[in-house]
This record gives sequence, structure tokens and C-alpha cells, in this order.
Amino acid sequence: MNTTWSRFNISSIVLGFAFLYLPIVLLIVFSFNESKLVTVWGGFSTKWYVSLFHNQGLMDATWVTARVGVISATVATVLGTLAAITLTRYTRFKGRVLFSGMVFAPLVMPEVITGLSLLLLFVAVGLDRGFFTVTLAHITFTMCFVAVVVQSRLVSFDRSLEEAAMDLGAPPVKTFFQITLPVIMPAIISGWMLAFTLSLDDLVIASFTSGPGATTLPMKIYSQVRLGVTPEINAACTILIAVVAVGVIIASIANKRREVQRQRDEQAAQRG
Amino acid sequence: MKSLGSIRRDFAPWNDPNAKPYIQFDRVTKKFGDFTAVNNLSLTIFEREFFALLGASGCGKSTLLRMLAGFEEPTAGRILLDGQDLRGIPPYKRPVNMMFQSYALFPHMTVEKNIAFGLKQEGMPAPDIEKRVAEMLRLVKLEQFAKRKPHQLSGGQRQRVALARSVAKRPKVLLLDEPLGALDKKLREETQFELMDLQQELGLTFVVVTHDQEEAMTMADRIAIMDKGEVMQVATPAEIYEAPTSRFVAHFVGNVNLFEGRVAERTAGTTRITGATGAEILVDNGGDASAGADIVFAIRPEKIKVSSKKPADAVNALEGEVYDVAYLGDMTVYHVRLDDGQIVRASALNAARVSDDPLTWNDRAWVSFRPDAGVVLTR
Repeated sequence: MNTTWSRFNISSIVLGFAFLYLPIVLLIVFSFNESKLVTVWGGFSTKWYVSLFHNQGLMDATWVTARVGVISATVATVLGTLAAITLTRYTRFKGRVLFSGMVFAPLVMPEVITGLSLLLLFVAVGLDRGFFTVTLAHITFTMCFVAVVVQSRLVSFDRSLEEAAMDLGAPPVKTFFQITLPVIMPAIISGWMLAFTLSLDDLVIASFTSGPGATTLPMKIYSQVRLGVTPEINAACTILIAVVAVGVIIASIANKRREVQRQRDEQAAQRG
Repeated sequence: MKSLGSIRRDFAPWNDPNAKPYIQFDRVTKKFGDFTAVNNLSLTIFEREFFALLGASGCGKSTLLRMLAGFEEPTAGRILLDGQDLRGIPPYKRPVNMMFQSYALFPHMTVEKNIAFGLKQEGMPAPDIEKRVAEMLRLVKLEQFAKRKPHQLSGGQRQRVALARSVAKRPKVLLLDEPLGALDKKLREETQFELMDLQQELGLTFVVVTHDQEEAMTMADRIAIMDKGEVMQVATPAEIYEAPTSRFVAHFVGNVNLFEGRVAERTAGTTRITGATGAEILVDNGGDASAGADIVFAIRPEKIKVSSKKPADAVNALEGEVYDVAYLGDMTVYHVRLDDGQIVRASALNAARVSDDPLTWNDRAWVSFRPDAGVVLTR
């Protein structure tokens, strides 16, 4: 393998990463800007972070987003898992192809259409738009992502595990909770995290389905930016990026550790 | 007393007309859509028997086992266990346990918890569970691995955990689906004897599914040879090998030479067979073949003697030419092309280090065998 760094390699890496991260780096840098003007550097300061926590509107929006995210991700995980189980296990019922298609269609559905149709529905049934409707909408559009993640795990699930549990005297429901669920739990957790993240950064569907008093953080940021970008928004975004980055790093370290541990165990087992 | 094979067996309830059958398959049929996996099959297994279902993949042996465990219901017919009809009883209420081919160990539980799982389901008190688990771990010699997870064990250790887990509940019947399939050859041979000892020690009825004939021959009291959803023959290993009742069974188990022919003459003591190409063979026991019937004469390679001269006292001797020789150490295998063109396989045990009648490629040779060395098959 060629290990020397050619000029071409270096420049393509620099360009590629600049393309990916330059905007984010700029945002982080300007969140520490002393000046109120977003594009003019006026010295280092953390004052925007302080004022951020005194901005009641932004804090409220954060709280709404967190609640919507947790509730919708949890409900979507339950529903998505059930859908995935049905679609993998009961392969012979009539209209299965139609059903699986319908579960996964929202994956590729333009968000504007999902949002608009949900809005029409809520208006038609006379549901006041607010916290409840945003949550409902987020459940709807994140559920299929959970179903995809869980289904891909279930496909490789060894059914003889369940047969063994039943053979040893566990009725089907007990088998599900004691064997199936723990084994597919990692997939369910990553499904939940995916749903939570999707809910966290959704702007389009939330704008359609939200009402007064239930402004989510992306909506808040977007509306403030229309009145001009303030360094405060930069600070809020930087915190969001930090939270996500820390989450990703922890997850990948844990994953790596587990992998190393597993390899070590297997080697130990081979030796006897 | 003379008996087939080299082992005398005292345990033989299948020869006792008063013995009570333990497991009965009564005209069982199982269909998956258009495919008939098991076809109108009847079979009786006795208590404390080590019973093997032997057949190629797709012969229906695993389906039979899964019906006994309750994972499949028969399309027609009944399965009785200890006199009780099993129809409609779900797997978790049947007094049988199964050891799976993939072992199916619960990956999120330790060895201990895996073994305790079945005991917990029946509501055994915790101290008793602990005692039973310890006993099982001792039985399979895995005491120091109690706290490990399945992925921290080697293949042989996993197999033992699966075994311990399936016998922990003291089932009436233990079902084993290719129990040694995933082990390497040396470990497989050791484990065969361990399984036999375990069965003796626990006094359980074992039903094992396997495609490995050596495994079935070593372990089982009786073997059922299966083909296309039907039982071809049920008998002790020695009977299966020495007295197959059909061409399929003779061919399936071990090596065999088959002579196509016709019964030329049949008297009380001897049957004279004329081979398709003219060879004459005299046989003691003609089975159910009547004079004039088209038959196959089957004889195992080790029952055929190869020599450079025609043995003086031989009843059956055919002449040919050595076509191939394979020296295997413990024995030598000869392929002799008879003058009528048929190739005969004969194996000779190398009982002495020096052979007094060495043969090599293209030598003229005689193959000879006793009149009781082979069997006449009409099917």
C-alpha cells in the first residue's frame, strides 16, 4: 500500500474536510465573538453564552424540543418495533408487501407533504395545534425509521433462541420479554436515538403542525435568524453541536471497547 | 450365542412383545404446502432408549424431531408420549427438551443463567435451582465457567452448556438435533462417548437426529434410516449394517458391493444366484427372494478376501485383475475388476506387518467370500 502523502492526496483531504466543516467551524468561532455584528470579529468573549441562558424564549423552545423529542421517540420506538416484528415474523399474511411498502413510504416522502397532510388532518378533526400535535406528527414520521433499524436486526435474529426458550417452558409472551427483547435491545436503542435526533432537528413538519406555546428550538432559531443572526444563536448552535458530538464520541468509544473486549474473550475461549 | 455384529446387547425392549412403547408416531404425515416432509410414518421408541434418526438432509428427520418438540403439528396422524396424545400441546408444556443444532444459547445470559432458565420457568425455588445448576455444571465439567457469557466459550464448551441446559429439567425425552455437527472430528469422537455415558447416568430417553452414520452407529441402541419422509428400516446398528433390508439402506450405511442378478435355484439351505454377467454365487440365506426373482446381492468389502490363487475351500470365488490398491495403514483397500467387468471393493485388515500374499496393480487375483457373508435384497 502506498503510504506517502502526495500533494494531490493532501489537497483533496483539506478541500474535502473544509467543505464539510468550514461552516461549522465558522459558527463556533463566531459564537465567541465580542462584537454584536456576526460577521465582524471583535475579540474573544463568552458573554453570548451567558445571555443565552437569560433568553427565556430560547430556553422555553429548548425545553419544548426536549420533551417532544423524548415522548415522540419513545412512542415511535414502541410502534416501530411492533411494526418491524409483524413484518418480519408474519410473512404470509395477505397484503404484506403493501403494508411494508406503506410503513417505509414516509422515509422518502417530502417533509412538506407529510407536514401539510398532517396539518389538514388536525384541522379536519378539530385538534388544536400545539405541543400534542407536534408530538403526534413526530411520532408519525420517525416511526418508519425505527421500523427499518429494528427490522434489519430481526432479519438476522436466530429464531431457535425463541424456540429454545419455549422448549424450556416459557410461554410466548415471556419468551418475547426475556429473550427476544433483550437480544434486539441495541437495535431498539439506536432506533430511539435516531428518532430522537430526527425530532430534534425537524423544522418543516414542526412548522406545519405546531401552534402557539409550542415553538421548538429549530423553529425559534429559524424565526430569529429571519430578524438577523445574533451571536446568541451561534452560541445555542455550538452547544447543540457539542452535545451531539459528545454523544457520538461516547457511543463510538463504547462500541470500540465492546469490540476489543469481544475479540479478547474469543481469543481466551479459543485457548480454552 | 451367535448374534449379528460383535456386541451382545441385553437392553432390547423392541424384541419384547409386552414392552410398553414410550414414544409412538402413528401414521404421521407432515406437509409444508405441496411438499411432503414426512409421509404416513409410524415408529415406536422405548423408554431409556438411545434412538437415532439417520438420513440425508431433507429426508424429514428434523421435521420429525420438531413435531415431537411441538414446533410443528402433524398434518395427519398422532404422536403419543407415554400414552398421552401430544396434539395441541404447545412446546412449553411438553415434557421433552431439545438441544439445538445451533445450540441456541441465550447470548445475554451467563452460563449459569442459561442453565437455570428452564428451572425458573417451572417455578422451582431459588436454592433448589442453585443446587441443580451446580450439579449440571459438574456433570459437563464447566464449574469454572459459570459466570461466562456464551461468546466467551469455545465451541466444545458451548455444546456442553446447551446439553446441560436441555437436561437440567430432567425431561422425559431429550431431543438432540445434530448435537455434534459443529465440533471438529477429534472432539466429536470424545463427545460421542460422553453423551452415551450421560444417557446411562440420567436414565433418559434420547432421540438424536444426525446425518453422520458413524455417530449414529456409535451411540444409538437403534437407528431409523429415513429417506424422502419415510422410514426405510429400523434396527440395531449391527442389523442395519449386516442385514440391511433394502438396496437404499445397504448403500446408505458403509461401503457395499452390489451384484445384480437373478435367483437361479432356491432350496431350504442355499440359494444359487446367477449374476447379470454370468457369475455364480451361493448364498445361505436367500431372504424372501423366490426362484426366478430379480435380486441384488449385497456384500461388504471387509467380508471379501483377495488372494493371488483361488482358495481351495472357497464356495464363492471370482477371478479378476487388481485395478486399484489403497494402503491406509490399518487396512488395505483393493479394487478388483472381475473378468465380467464388475469392480469389486475388498478391504483387508493389516493384522501382520508383513503380508505373505502381496498384490499390486494389474496382478491376477481372486475374490472369495463365505456363503453367509452377504445378503439378498429384493427391494
